[in-house]
Amino acid sequence: MPALPPIRPEDESCAARDARSGAFDPRGDPEGGVLFEYLLRLGDDSLILGQRLGEWCGHAPSVEVDLSLANMALDLIGQATHFLGYAAEAEGKGRDGDALAFRRDVLDFRNCWLVEQPNGDFAQTMARQFLFSTWQKLLFGKLQSSRDATIAAVAEKAVKEVTYHQELAGEWVVRLGDGTDESRRRMEDGLAWMWRFVPELFEMDDLAGFMSEKGIGADLAALRSDFDSAVGAVLDEATLALPKDQRPILGGRRGHHSEHLGHLLAAMQFLPRTYPDAVW
Amino acid sequence: MSDWPLWEVFVRSKGGMAHRHVGSVHAPDPRIALRHARDTYTRRMEGVSLWVVPSASIVASDPGDDEAMFDPAADKVYRHPTFYDIPEGITHI
Repeated sequence: MPALPPIRPEDESCAARDARSGAFDPRGDPEGGVLFEYLLRLGDDSLILGQRLGEWCGHAPSVEVDLSLANMALDLIGQATHFLGYAAEAEGKGRDGDALAFRRDVLDFRNCWLVEQPNGDFAQTMARQFLFSTWQKLLFGKLQSSRDATIAAVAEKAVKEVTYHQELAGEWVVRLGDGTDESRRRMEDGLAWMWRFVPELFEMDDLAGFMSEKGIGADLAALRSDFDSAVGAVLDEATLALPKDQRPILGGRRGHHSEHLGHLLAAMQFLPRTYPDAVW
Repeated sequence: MSDWPLWEVFVRSKGGMAHRHVGSVHAPDPRIALRHARDTYTRRMEGVSLWVVPSASIVASDPGDDEAMFDPAADKVYRHPTFYDIPEGITHI
């Protein structure tokens, strides 16, 4: 059976909305707006996954795992703070990083679908983490030599954090995959759930291509073979097969999201929206 | 997890210092034990090196033997190096 084409958000209503909300057009605003959009992609990935991992706080299988997950969450939220703070600066409209995190609505988020997926059980969380951190490690490895000094500096700091995330999640993929019948089934299910969101990570749309040509962004498509080897090595050790390819879903980078993101934002944004400018 | 074995954690705070016992973690195996030790005990820059040791491998003295084991040292004050003047600038003694 021929592979089905990716599910894309480019239906008419989305196209109309994008035209209003500043879809990519390098002719219109070649610097500030494009950089802003690109930084949202980087920052929103980290922010949303950080929030997701934070949901485990107090609920993890053991107190040690609770700390592992919270540590990763805080690393990711730290990255988001840098990227979104810089995005607000690039936008130049008087917003700050907090405004971008807490006062944007779901259609204005630019994270990939993978990070907004529900935690499920511990295996599903680790499957998501392993796939995302493997990709993010390769991405930040490239962004360290970005021509944008701020992006390069954040990537250089973050790549160490993400290297640890990738190792830790990889350990759990191996433990659960090569564990009991039940842990193996759960890890297989977790990977199968997440696998259809992997192609989006490597999508090179106009904006990604433009930033890559400028030497600011990374050529995501070029990361795929290293990603496949890294994932393959861990799955081999876990005695797991690669998940079967599924129909990919694209669109997070243009504001098209799964139903899960709105629920996540409702929890994350409730307090600052209810008590604007609250401090402690 | 209740069926995970216990591991004792030792942290070296900086180069040149000895590893010091800081606590314990539960973990299913040595590699995860090291990760749990890192995530639990070095989050605030407490260390530059970590050891984990299965708690079951530690041979401990019996509290019932305390008198024979430790009381005889009580009146041997001459074993302390306190009768020497320590030169200025010597640390970690």
